[in-house]
Amino acid sequence: MIIHCKDLRVFQFSLSFSKEEDAKKIFQGIVHHCLEPKSLRCLFAFSYCENTSYPEVQRKKQTVMFDSVEDWIQDMKRTKGNCRVVSENSNFELSPKLPQFFIVPSNVSDEDLTKYQGKGLPMWCWSHHSGCALFKTASIPLVQEDNVPQTYMEKMLTAVAHNHLYSVKTEDLSDTLPAVQDILLSYNKFKQFFLIDNTTEFWMSDMKWFSSLDNCGWLDIIRQCLQKAVEVVECLEKENTNVLIMEEGGSDLCCVVSSLVQLMLDPYYRTLLGFQSLVQKEWVAGGHAFLDRSNHLHLKDKAESQSPVFLLFLECVWQLQQQHGPAFQFSETYLTVLSDSVHVPVFTTFLFNNDSHRDNILRAESPHTQRSPLNCPTVWDWSVQFDCKAQDLFTNPLYSEKPKQDTSVRKSYRPKHLRQLSLPSSAFKTPPKKGFFKDEADNLKKILGVKRLSRWMLSPSSESPQTSSSVREFYEAWQTKPLDYHGLLLPCLDGPSIRVWMQRYLRWIHDVQILGGGPVAMLSKVSEILGEVQELQRQLDRHGCTLTSNHKGARPRAKTASVIAARSSVRLSSSFPFVTSRNWLFKPAIPTSLLQSLMVTGMAGNLADREDDGGGPESLV
Amino acid sequence: MASASIPVYNCSNNPLENSSSQNASRESLKMEPLAVTLLPGEERVIDKDIMYICPFSGPVKGKVFITNYRLYFKSADADPSVTLNVPLGAIGRVEKMGGASSRGENSYGLDITCKDMRNLRFALKQEGHSRRDIFDILFRYAFPLSHGLFLFAYLSQEKYEENGWSVYKPMEEFRRQGLPTDKWRITFINDNYELCDTYPTILVVPFKATEEDLRKVSTFRSRGRIPVLSWIHRENQAVICRCSQPLVGMSGKRNKDDERYLDVIREANGTAKLTIYDARPSVNAVANKATGGGYEGDDTYQNAELVFLDIHNIHVMRESLKKLKDIVYPNVEESHWLSSLESTHWLEHIKLVLSGAIQVADKISGGNSVVVHCSDGWDRTAQLTSLAMLMLDSHYRTLRGFQVLLEKEWISFGHKFASRIGHGDKNHADQDRSPIFVQFIDCVWQMTKQFPTAFEFNERLLMTILDHLFSCRFGTFLYNCESARHTNEVRSKTVSLWSLVNSDSTSYLNPFYTPESSRVLYPVASMRHLELWVTYYIRWNPRIRQQQQSPVEQRYMELLALRDEYLKKLEELQLTDSSPNSSHLSNSSAPNAASPTQHITHLHTPF
Repeated sequence: MIIHCKDLRVFQFSLSFSKEEDAKKIFQGIVHHCLEPKSLRCLFAFSYCENTSYPEVQRKKQTVMFDSVEDWIQDMKRTKGNCRVVSENSNFELSPKLPQFFIVPSNVSDEDLTKYQGKGLPMWCWSHHSGCALFKTASIPLVQEDNVPQTYMEKMLTAVAHNHLYSVKTEDLSDTLPAVQDILLSYNKFKQFFLIDNTTEFWMSDMKWFSSLDNCGWLDIIRQCLQKAVEVVECLEKENTNVLIMEEGGSDLCCVVSSLVQLMLDPYYRTLLGFQSLVQKEWVAGGHAFLDRSNHLHLKDKAESQSPVFLLFLECVWQLQQQHGPAFQFSETYLTVLSDSVHVPVFTTFLFNNDSHRDNILRAESPHTQRSPLNCPTVWDWSVQFDCKAQDLFTNPLYSEKPKQDTSVRKSYRPKHLRQLSLPSSAFKTPPKKGFFKDEADNLKKILGVKRLSRWMLSPSSESPQTSSSVREFYEAWQTKPLDYHGLLLPCLDGPSIRVWMQRYLRWIHDVQILGGGPVAMLSKVSEILGEVQELQRQLDRHGCTLTSNHKGARPRAKTASVIAARSSVRLSSSFPFVTSRNWLFKPAIPTSLLQSLMVTGMAGNLADREDDGGGPESLV
Repeated sequence: MASASIPVYNCSNNPLENSSSQNASRESLKMEPLAVTLLPGEERVIDKDIMYICPFSGPVKGKVFITNYRLYFKSADADPSVTLNVPLGAIGRVEKMGGASSRGENSYGLDITCKDMRNLRFALKQEGHSRRDIFDILFRYAFPLSHGLFLFAYLSQEKYEENGWSVYKPMEEFRRQGLPTDKWRITFINDNYELCDTYPTILVVPFKATEEDLRKVSTFRSRGRIPVLSWIHRENQAVICRCSQPLVGMSGKRNKDDERYLDVIREANGTAKLTIYDARPSVNAVANKATGGGYEGDDTYQNAELVFLDIHNIHVMRESLKKLKDIVYPNVEESHWLSSLESTHWLEHIKLVLSGAIQVADKISGGNSVVVHCSDGWDRTAQLTSLAMLMLDSHYRTLRGFQVLLEKEWISFGHKFASRIGHGDKNHADQDRSPIFVQFIDCVWQMTKQFPTAFEFNERLLMTILDHLFSCRFGTFLYNCESARHTNEVRSKTVSLWSLVNSDSTSYLNPFYTPESSRVLYPVASMRHLELWVTYYIRWNPRIRQQQQSPVEQRYMELLALRDEYLKKLEELQLTDSSPNSSHLSNSSAPNAASPTQHITHLHTPF
């Protein structure tokens, strides 16, 4: 029996010593629980929650969950946004398809909210310090001869444009990024390269590795998403234009692009809690259909809506993190673990399609009265899966907080008018243009209508080579400036820069583990020193002395370091922390297919313990 | 860092620029505001207003200066600010581009192909044969040996505190390995390069083999390159021997002395079977019979097994790197980058070389002696033995040890640097040219990537080595073999690259280095882990961010400094604590006193 896991582990069990009956039972049991269609009620989460009392207090420790109107107001205040917070949907009276709480441009009227079941409604994502903002929406399918949705769209566009300087650019992601089905197809091809259960096969595939990688297109999809995000960043940062991204549904690639944009522009989201809040905001509250996309229920009719969109996002984040390590508070290991956790059907985070879905199910499944919905942990309660020591591996030892953290946030958000004055004047910001928009709105709308399907509505040249060369220039201009890890981050998109997420994909493959090597060898040394520094700082603090230096390595946590330091006596391999090299065969992997018959014995060591203890069962592919 | 073409290398710690500390007064190129300091012995030949056709920022007006060592270009305007600093040794080919009647802007000028992965184009005014003088001068000085001139290494007057020529002393190195032993002896038979003119004078051979045996064996090995010891394992006494192919020929000749000699090598540590690694693909080994070469047949060499390692020859490698250059310079191939990369086969070759070396190292750790050869035993053989030694012996992973490794396995054993690089030679199409040594350094880089804490030296050392492989500023990589170096008095008339490196060794050190003496390092020779050495091959591209220090390194150094600072403070505090009466006083006067107030001001600053 061979089992392929979603986290790309491959297990081989011999059933030759089991009774046939037992073997059948085992097999059927696995198939029943893992592969057959079932109802949401049957997921382990519900049996788990019923049997585990979970303290409510701990849940919302610090991650902003965006499940209350306050969270949204706070986030808008934080980014100095100036839009309308809608809380009328808290009991899904407006539409079950809309989130409980959301933010729209300030001059969207009440009746606009309910038209087209929320389609076409621009949802606020993030405000740039210049005042312009990013919005996303589910596009309304255009029916010919029917002018109504188009009129509505134009009204919404105007509303977005009014947010800041009467400018707006729209981008239909369905036109320019791969469809969710293509993403799935590509990922399925890609993942096959890692579901390898024997050495011979592995080395056979090694020579054609680069071209196979190229042909499956996965890295290219990652590049396209990052590139799109950079385009949006350019509009916000350089041109200070409002941006409205749209796609059918508005909760897949819109989520990918909008969260990437925020990661690049806003250092807050590059902290651990900030990142978790971002996922809550854009993905969970944003209504990404986690249930359908990951098809936890193995429903046949949902098979086609399955797609690793969230994983794609994590992949993009990983690329950013690889290129700009010190900018992120969380580590590669964190991302890997998070990508695994999507398939652990215990956490409410990844179980539902949207807010109302979650609300319905949790209320219905609650063993108690209607008053309190079922109390399930979210994935952010990492202590459910990992002990403290393991959780320390989530923080990146390269990250250092911005000096003078408390004041800097405020400082970077300069008053709007100052910022505007310092900007070079460009066409859409000059008063005549403003007037043009106001007075001859009809005229402009016509133009808007004509250019509707073009890439950027207000950019005169909408050919794609133009865009990519402008992105290139934007990147180059950014690159010549000194790199600020607490400022704008852009990814390099050149071929050599987009890479395979080694830790996630190669961790279980014995033949490619570098014993005593890999980046972890270096990082653990950094952690060691970090630990020492923090220990010293505590001692100094005990002496009641505040330091003159600007607290560079000064997070008051030393656990990260000590845990890795303690392990450094054990030899780490490149697969750390997922595989420890306890019973290691000290033999090099020799990549010649002739020699491989000697080496198939490695399986047992290969499957050495994983870090997670107490996590839910992995579902199987 | 706004300059387009030389992101890093126009800074003070440019390896090409690092000059000796001794000479204070030197002529400078008359340049305002930035002047490049000339090396001692470097002289200006010509300067000229010219247009540099920069592939990244377009045509750039400026001035070019040519000295007997370098070509230096500085743009006239500050934006874009472009500087080029190219040692003439790095120039492989100079050609005229366009004619007096060519149309189009900037179509008349010079086209320069460099050995370090870049091309330079300059445009001049069409009227009055304006390029004639600069072309002639460049051609003469870039290829001095073709024009009866000296290589710059012979003109340089550089002085260093350290004498790099003393880094490698063969006897010392053999003694470090524990040689001679009762099975292996040191012989001076090649003292006058009579046994083999491409071998060093001091050789280690089996104790049992007489000088007469060596002479007999040398007749059966291509160019007399007999099997000699490169390295011996201290515990199990297994050895790496290197040599050239046996002269078997079409008729399948045998040589009893050679057969016995190899068996003596096997016997020395009681190995049951000697493994002979033939670096070539078996097809090539067979084909070599036609030209009198060949390989050790199973039937003739009873106690030996022969393994082919499938590494291709110098021509294949040359073409592979050429293809690589095509996809990375000037612009990185955009569509299907990975497939393009694969089609160059560069990393595939790296993989084969590495996995060959892994097999050698693995055999040795298992206690079996090995003999390594290719055709002549100076290209692939050098790659395999030196990489295997790097895996087996942690000494070679230190800054000094690595220099010894290069001096020994590459320089003294006759890797044909002059032919492979073509120092000062105008014949750019020479079929002997090949980037074998570059490929080896790439393999080392791959190892340092996989084991970031195992090497005492850093990437900068590898880059510096490659820069001066071409530059002709040092004598280290000049000539094909020791005897030629002897004739040309390299040691007395030129400076060693190691003088430069060891006089400033701190900048070549890896802060993460953790010595682990007994550890064998097995890199993973899988395409999954091999990556293109972007910071070397694509370093001219301004889009590739050239970092002086990796962020990891930077952070590490910061933390180290912070730790020292805290330790000092803590010490001070403990001192003050131990004298309670003075605590008040010292608190107000010590530098620490300022900190609380300062901290508070931070909190209250509205910005």
